[in-house]
Amino acid sequence: MPSVRLVNVSKRFRNISAINNLDLEVKDGEYLCVLGPTGSGKTTLLKIIAGLVKPDKGEIYINNKLANNVPPQERNTAFVPQNYALFPHLSTLQNVAFGPTSKGIGTEEANRISMKMLEMTRLAGRADSQPNELSGGMQQRLALARGLASDANLLLLDEPLGALDARIRVELRYKIRDLVKERGFTAIHVTHDQEEAMIVGDRIAVLRQGQIQQVNVPPKIYNEPQSIFVASFVGGANFLEGFVVDRDHQGAWVQLRNRFIARVREIDFSPGEKVVLAVREEQTTMVKQVGEEQEINFFPGTVQSASFLGNSTAFEVLLKNGDMVHSRIPIGKQGKTFSENEGVYVRLHPESIITYPYPQGGLLTELEAI
Amino acid sequence: MPSVRLANITMKYRDIIAVENVSLAVEDKEYVCIIGPSGCGKTTLIKCVSGIIQPTNGEIIIDGKLVNDVPIQDRGVGYVFQDIALFPHMNVYENVSYGPFVKGWSPPRIRTLVEEMLNMMVLGDRARDRPNVLSGGAQQKTAIARALASGSLLLLLDEPLGSLDIRVRKLLRHEIRRMIKDLGLTAIHVTHDQEEAMAVADRIVVMKTGKIVEVGTPSQLYLQPKELFTANFVGETNFFEGHVAREGNEKTRVNADGSFLYSSEKAPSKDTKIVAAIRPEFVIMEHQHKAEPTWKGTIETVAFMGSMMRYEVKIENGKAIVVKTPFSSTSQELEVGTRVYLKFPPEFVLLYQYPQSGLEKEISVE
Amino acid sequence: MENQQQATSQRGPLSGVKKRLDSLSSKPWVKRLVYVSAVVFFFALILVPPVIGILQNAGSVTQIYDAPELLARANSAVAWSFITAFAVSVLDLAAALPLAWFIVRSKSKLINVIDTMADVPFLIPTAALGYSASLFWSQQGGISSLFGGGSLVPPGFALVLLLHFAFSYPVIVRVMVGELLGYKQVYEVAAKTLGASPFTSVRTVTLPLLKPALIASFLLAFARSLSETGATVMVAGSFENGPVFIYYNTGNTGVLVYVSSLLILSSVAVFLAIRLLAPRLKLPIRRAWPTLERKLSSNTSVRSRDSVAILVFMFFVIVPSLFVALPLTNALVSGTWVAAFEGAGPWGAFWSSMLLSYVVGFISTVTNVVAGLPIAIIIARKKLGRLTHVLDSLVNIPIIVPSIALGVSLKFFWGSLQAPDFLVLVLSHMTITYTYFVMSMSAAIESVSPEMEEVASTLGAKPFAIFRRITLPLTKYSVFSGAVLVFTRCIGETGAAKAAGGALKTIPVLLVDWIVKGYASPSESALGIGFLIVASFIVLLILRIVIRGKG
Repeated sequence: MPSVRLVNVSKRFRNISAINNLDLEVKDGEYLCVLGPTGSGKTTLLKIIAGLVKPDKGEIYINNKLANNVPPQERNTAFVPQNYALFPHLSTLQNVAFGPTSKGIGTEEANRISMKMLEMTRLAGRADSQPNELSGGMQQRLALARGLASDANLLLLDEPLGALDARIRVELRYKIRDLVKERGFTAIHVTHDQEEAMIVGDRIAVLRQGQIQQVNVPPKIYNEPQSIFVASFVGGANFLEGFVVDRDHQGAWVQLRNRFIARVREIDFSPGEKVVLAVREEQTTMVKQVGEEQEINFFPGTVQSASFLGNSTAFEVLLKNGDMVHSRIPIGKQGKTFSENEGVYVRLHPESIITYPYPQGGLLTELEAI
Repeated sequence: MPSVRLANITMKYRDIIAVENVSLAVEDKEYVCIIGPSGCGKTTLIKCVSGIIQPTNGEIIIDGKLVNDVPIQDRGVGYVFQDIALFPHMNVYENVSYGPFVKGWSPPRIRTLVEEMLNMMVLGDRARDRPNVLSGGAQQKTAIARALASGSLLLLLDEPLGSLDIRVRKLLRHEIRRMIKDLGLTAIHVTHDQEEAMAVADRIVVMKTGKIVEVGTPSQLYLQPKELFTANFVGETNFFEGHVAREGNEKTRVNADGSFLYSSEKAPSKDTKIVAAIRPEFVIMEHQHKAEPTWKGTIETVAFMGSMMRYEVKIENGKAIVVKTPFSSTSQELEVGTRVYLKFPPEFVLLYQYPQSGLEKEISVE
Repeated sequence: MENQQQATSQRGPLSGVKKRLDSLSSKPWVKRLVYVSAVVFFFALILVPPVIGILQNAGSVTQIYDAPELLARANSAVAWSFITAFAVSVLDLAAALPLAWFIVRSKSKLINVIDTMADVPFLIPTAALGYSASLFWSQQGGISSLFGGGSLVPPGFALVLLLHFAFSYPVIVRVMVGELLGYKQVYEVAAKTLGASPFTSVRTVTLPLLKPALIASFLLAFARSLSETGATVMVAGSFENGPVFIYYNTGNTGVLVYVSSLLILSSVAVFLAIRLLAPRLKLPIRRAWPTLERKLSSNTSVRSRDSVAILVFMFFVIVPSLFVALPLTNALVSGTWVAAFEGAGPWGAFWSSMLLSYVVGFISTVTNVVAGLPIAIIIARKKLGRLTHVLDSLVNIPIIVPSIALGVSLKFFWGSLQAPDFLVLVLSHMTITYTYFVMSMSAAIESVSPEMEEVASTLGAKPFAIFRRITLPLTKYSVFSGAVLVFTRCIGETGAAKAAGGALKTIPVLLVDWIVKGYASPSESALGIGFLIVASFIVLLILRIVIRGKG
């Protein structure tokens, strides 16, 4: 079972740097998710590993052997592109058998292997159908079966669920992971859906403009995002600008807009430094009244909107200092609910606030606002 | 300000019935979402409203007037396309001004309106750009501005966020709703993403294979879905096939394959075979056994979903129950293999008649 | 486990060959060899010889300066070539576009009929079209009789114009129908949801987006008019354009060199100019006239527009093209056909010319397919990076340049190497038709998503295996239709055949001689044309069946 290692890989297309000094290691048997927005270089990354694109510089090791000059057909990787690229002139069975027959396996044996794959992906009954007769979900399973049937044991999936309905996506993502794990494959699954990445990935690598921002297991990426971009892209958060006014050995005080003061846990910034505070939507509480002793991090504001989202309710609250805060209360937790234009207090849990240095290019660029 | 009424709309293509006898009323200034799996007929339906398609049967009434014979260009209905469809040979300004332009407005008058639109959409500095250099989100905002600038008071949105990244989708959907509400428009928004619909709609229409399954507000559909399909399509649900064991005054006792559940609802019909359902967020999962009746199980999978944890718990008869809980400090102790005890509060257990076509077919989303 | 390699038994006798070719193809030097050979073939046998041919004899140009009248005539002939081509293309575009629109967008029951008829002039060799047109417009049996004797349109510029209009018309219809079928109507629909009447939406949205196709079809019609020789000679009378002038002066080297090089240089220049400038041409979309355009969108407007388009099509294209059917039936009835089959009189030469044409056509087709395929792949998959664009333009040159000029220069070049007439004939036909196959094939390959080939490659397939298992099955139709294009073009070519054939006469050359020089009676000529048409039809029918069969 292969491991993959990329060392200092770069690739430019005309004037655009698609991949920029990228290092990455994928362990044997791991299901790695590469998470990033459109245009961050995810597809190029997969194609470089597959051997379909030659990097301008850097090395690619597959199973600890230098693979830079190994052609795609000998790298033992199966590439599943975003729109599947199913062979329209071949039947479902023939599509799956393409890999084995290309490697020299006889038709009978190839068909046997393929039928097994089709059974595993619940497509056995459609073995003789043409790809365009299958539904979106079935086509996806066929693309997967075709990749799994080949001799490869490294699976490269480019947004495998991107073309599917939201509901089917939710169902299939568990199935893909199960199937891959069952066969003992190593997989690199590229996506822009952070919820999907957190659910299926053993580890997540966050990609931005051709560079890896952070690689770690899902809880660590979510709870300890190392940059504003990661905090915003994975899970979303409230971002408040301010500067440090005071520090002690237990935490610090940060002055926000219009003199609101927030308490944060211990940080590495000195008084006067400009910072950005990040707090997740669910790490907030909303109350009607505030008792005398509870004043730390309770900010008054007015509810702008309330949306029922199913397993939670999302509130937009305009604080009295001008900052807009999103608060998400899980269903069943909130004793009462709040309506539009109601006055409330929002508490930002001090132990959950992450403090970042104010970015050079400005906060909006960092968040890649649309 | 238009209301829309669809009366008995049917659309047939040779042997395929895309829409079957659908009737729907949308109030003035209402934001309605139509959701359903691919091929359920939702796009066909709004194409009928806009005039792009002529229904085989039925009437379309906009603002009290029958519009079946009125051509697209005279219906005054704005349309936002799934593949955005900005005119590639025109820049942002020319695209957005197209509506007033074809009406023969004078250039100064056009400029005032378009600049206002672009400012509202925060596109002011992209006015001279061609669509192909804009990001997906900016393109879709331009398309919406274009539809709004044409002066339509009824806006139809056909999977408007479908071609965008998930993160951009979440940000843009709120902006769209706010814009529509601020301008006092009526909107019908079609999507396959139920989470999107929940976030923006006043009311949601659920469709499947050409027919309306259920209509309700987001919280109605989530907390009290009247149909099994809705329960499965909008969010996740655990389903139990079973029989009514005893009907009590306050609770109904259900026998699901040997284990027992209680529901505050009355049995749905005389047949004893039923389906019980409960959402994963309402299942109570405990580490220690307490006195009340509980189901024993072992955690099979653990998925971290950011603010929530999703567990699949295998119970004695082999079935897997999905449980979702907010992430907390105790979440560390619940790993794969941990023994747990599940409780199903009766007020959250919903009862349904067992469907004729079988449970799997009834709830299937493909 | 499943990775055992099994002996590849029951897979047919060719499997061993296929395997060897597959593994050969993965060796970089083999791939390079194939592509380099194809490029060398193109330069050595297609592009360079005509250039050298002209340069070799550049000296003899001085001859023409000694005959100022001849020089003046030559210059005027070349100028008239361009004037004719330009006028024809503009008229054709204006007349054919509404018909293409009708075919694609109308809900009338006539569509299928008109669609099939629009292809008819394609199927008839241009020599036949020329004869038919001259019968219809200028001779006694035709339309002239309605106007009281004499000739309504005697041979000359007007008749040439009418002829060129007829045979360039279907080119535009074909291209525009294809474009309109593939055009995404969502833009028009979007325009309508914004309140635009159908006429306004087409004018301001659809046409600007179709501009590249309009330019392309204009250029194709232009090239056809510039190049056509056989039919033009039949109807030119005393009018001279470039090809006609060359046709009547094949003995004079100086004239040939002068006119050919002038034609070659100016056609390349004009094409470049149009290619570069036309995209800048802006269609009128600055203003809208709502009420007027609403009226123009009405059913009555549309119906009258369609009727006019169809009438023009019938009267100026179809009837003149098919008019040869009348004397043809006469000939069949009168018994001339008996003599034809006995090979009596001029018919002996007829059948050997027919055979010659088919042999030349067949060889040219096979060679162009084999040699053109790698070039098509290079162009479609942009294997040369930025240089691919250059190669693409170079490959287009043989069809921009009038074929008779090419024939002349090739005769010079190969003649100087003492090549036999037959070889020169084959090489000329190859040169003229090479581009058709390459362009058609590269468009087809481009439409096969590169991702399919990429996936196949990661699944373990070697380059040749990818080609024969993925690319070729998906482009089979284009291989055949490209081959058909090449073959029919060869059969119909007159100019180059005349210039390069020497003593050998292909069938179009022979028929032009019969008609213009009176070597055969009108009845015999009609019959000869008839046989030519029938033979083309049979070939096309066979090919159609083969294509349909392979699906």
